[in-house]
Amino acid sequence: MIKVKINGQEQSWDGDPDLPLLWFLRDEAGLTGTKYGCGQALCGACTVIVDKEAVRACVTSVNDVAGREVTTIEGLHPNGDHPVQKAWRQVNVPQCGFCQTGQIMQAAALLMDNPKPSHDQIREAMSGNICRCGCYQRIENAVHLASTGV
Amino acid sequence: MNFIDNPRKLRGFEKHIGIQKVSRRSILKGLGVTGGFVLAAPVMSRQALAYETGAGKMPHGVVVDPRVFVSVGQDGIVTIIAHRSEMGTGVRTSLPLIVAEEMEADWSRVKVQQAHGDEVRFGNQDTDGSRSTRHYLIPMRQIGASARTMLEQAAAKRWGVPATEVKAVNHEVVHSASGRKLGFGELAADAAKESVPSIESLKLKDPKDFRYLGKGQVGIVDLHDITTGKARYGADVRLPGMKYAVIARPPVTGGKLVSFDPDAALKVPGVEKVMQVRGWPWPSKFQPLGGVAVIARNTGAAIKGRDALKLVWDDGPNGKYDSVAYRKELEEASRKPGLVLRQEGDAEAALKSADKVIVGEYYIPHLAHVAMEPPVAVADVKGDKAEIWAPVQSPGGTREDVAKTLGIPEDNVTVNVTLLGGGFGRKSKCDFALEAALLSKELGAPVKVQWTREDDIHNGFLHTVSVERIEAGLDKNGKVIAWRHRSVAPSIASTFAAGTVHQAPFEIGMGLVDMPFEIANISCENPEAAAHTRIGWFRSVSNIPRAFAVQSMVAEIAQATGRDQKDMLLELIGSPRIVKPNVKDLWNYGEPQDSYPIDTARLRKVVELVAEKGEWGRQVPKGHGLGIAVHRSFVSYIATIIEVAVDDKGKLTVPRVDTAIDCGTYVNPERIASQIEGAAIMGLSLAKYGEITFKDGKVQQKNFDDFQVIRMDESPLVTNVYIVPPGPDTPPSGVGEPGVPPFAPALINAIFAATGKRIRSLPIGKQLEA
Repeated sequence: MIKVKINGQEQSWDGDPDLPLLWFLRDEAGLTGTKYGCGQALCGACTVIVDKEAVRACVTSVNDVAGREVTTIEGLHPNGDHPVQKAWRQVNVPQCGFCQTGQIMQAAALLMDNPKPSHDQIREAMSGNICRCGCYQRIENAVHLASTGV
Repeated sequence: MNFIDNPRKLRGFEKHIGIQKVSRRSILKGLGVTGGFVLAAPVMSRQALAYETGAGKMPHGVVVDPRVFVSVGQDGIVTIIAHRSEMGTGVRTSLPLIVAEEMEADWSRVKVQQAHGDEVRFGNQDTDGSRSTRHYLIPMRQIGASARTMLEQAAAKRWGVPATEVKAVNHEVVHSASGRKLGFGELAADAAKESVPSIESLKLKDPKDFRYLGKGQVGIVDLHDITTGKARYGADVRLPGMKYAVIARPPVTGGKLVSFDPDAALKVPGVEKVMQVRGWPWPSKFQPLGGVAVIARNTGAAIKGRDALKLVWDDGPNGKYDSVAYRKELEEASRKPGLVLRQEGDAEAALKSADKVIVGEYYIPHLAHVAMEPPVAVADVKGDKAEIWAPVQSPGGTREDVAKTLGIPEDNVTVNVTLLGGGFGRKSKCDFALEAALLSKELGAPVKVQWTREDDIHNGFLHTVSVERIEAGLDKNGKVIAWRHRSVAPSIASTFAAGTVHQAPFEIGMGLVDMPFEIANISCENPEAAAHTRIGWFRSVSNIPRAFAVQSMVAEIAQATGRDQKDMLLELIGSPRIVKPNVKDLWNYGEPQDSYPIDTARLRKVVELVAEKGEWGRQVPKGHGLGIAVHRSFVSYIATIIEVAVDDKGKLTVPRVDTAIDCGTYVNPERIASQIEGAAIMGLSLAKYGEITFKDGKVQQKNFDDFQVIRMDESPLVTNVYIVPPGPDTPPSGVGEPGVPPFAPALINAIFAATGKRIRSLPIGKQLEA
């Protein structure tokens, strides 16, 4: 039995310990805000925060996060008012929106680590997250806005 | 057995070539008791701005009935139906916003409800072809005006005053003479009893009184849900007792399963069942390819189970498809005459007598859509009833196809449309929903079919692969006197009908025969090309290769004659005029030419606007270069200037993009900007990396590592968007797709300016290195 804390709640799993965290979150725990985009840590749609680090849930097993604390988009802020979320709305970032929860989690992790990133640092840190609609200019602006106060 | 007896009757084909006449009678019959207005095409009353669109020629046409699209609660909440699919264009906001504008509803008290697939009720729902605003601006205004009129009539009756004395203003009806007011909620019950006014009697708002339209102040309705993870895409649908499935499909188009061994898969924890999925012979429109499904308690287990399957396939007739060899075939075909589609003057003779002939052979490979949400669908089939939840661009078509596939009446099929995690044309094909329906029927339980990214790349409906060969003949003074363009590419029609070797009217109408240059001798030809995989619509479709070839050739001519790219472009466009190509049944994106002519004044205007705003001719640092391109597509006009920088190792960056768009009358300039910004990223992706190749019939790429798209660190530093203010009579035109086509040629022309290297084969890949 693996125990893991997700958004502050203890969850347990007695199935395949190698099950990717992504599918545990989505299909077993019902937290569908974390998205599947590639399964190979190439697109970042499944980004969650484990302890204080952004990780790709598609290549992280449930076993890997045993005893650790996982934050998904659903747990980022109780009302959805994390500065990154607010900035996203202010800048009207999304088009289809599918990758945006992963982008937001990546941005939130970046700001935990570096509260005032430069534009180059933002572009570098966000480059693991693909947006096929092409919202990059707005993502960059939103991260910058979140870092300077919304 | 070929199950298609007449492919031209099938949806998804006829909708793009506009050959089917919709029977108005059958629509009215289908409407039955609801008895709304059904129009063959939306035409406004005479005193207003009159223009016609091709909306009425779409399957099931247009329904203009406030009782179908609007409801007003006693609590004052106005619910407006969004009947088109949201894949990122903002249409789920824009169309209801038009209704709210015209009915004087307060947007903060409006709820948007997504329509299920039902085209008899809602009219055509195919969200493709950059058509939503263009076909629905007027119908949505009429629906809003009808609802407003009914509310006003109800208030006037309540007060016993003439309806002409009352006016709806911001969610209430006001009688200014007496100062009385009634909220929409208070009038809801009475208004519902009012008769629906005739379209001719409607008075539309004066655009100067618009609160929302054209302003760009309203965010998309799903903005909060998207940023909090609550937005529900196809992948997010969960039903009680639902099983999770992934499918192993034939690796070669037209291939078949020979045998499979499920034993190892069944040992994977969480796997419950392995079963064969019915496949259809190729080509069969959007029918499933067949294969073996692994059913599990979660998607991760299903994927792991599939990896453990032992499968033997027969690759079938396309087992030798090889992109290197196929390219040679296309190139050879392009060097010989083909089916002549447009002929003006005598291009052959003019090329022979020309002082100089410039030849460009341009290649664009297959492309995959790779929407961030791979295809996915949930189905629950019980007896002769089916319910589907899916991110589909074609809810009505999906309903038809599910009914046909299961052999049940269409009325027994409900298609719930979720948000789409990107579409780009891939989700116009409902194969994934059909797979889910077939599996659910067999299992007797709800099932979700999830495509992996590898499935998406291996088994999709790819953008065609093409060679575009242009020969331009110049006289002694450098004037272009002859233009011969041969386009060779397998057609989308090949996915509907075996033996297709020529492109369909809608494909040749995308930048080949509608070429707008003022040249005396023109020949546009289409040599034969047979398909060896499934070809489908990809955002902008054939405009991508056409704009690349035509706009590259303009710069090549400019270079050969020592002229400025932009001046050359304007010279070729020629005088402001309406172009009427000598073409039988010009497609014109399904639109009447009276409303949507090929207008070179508008084409010139976007070139001039982008040149001014984008500072064409400005000094750029060493290693930088500017390129320009213009293209008319989806009846909109777009010009782009790109600044590139290429360092001494051949590394390409894009410091700046400027784009001017004339899309006629528009609804939401903020969403237009986002579409154009996104088009720049998609254009850069396809130009720099986009290539799907085949060897031994199989796609060689598998995921985002070898089918790369642009990431933030390579994206343009800034994309500026300039929207041409519409004239009072300008009909709306496309926005979602037109931004892509001019990007690649503008980029390639800029690279030439920076480096002197002319790239004629996409993607750029490593061509700038060395």
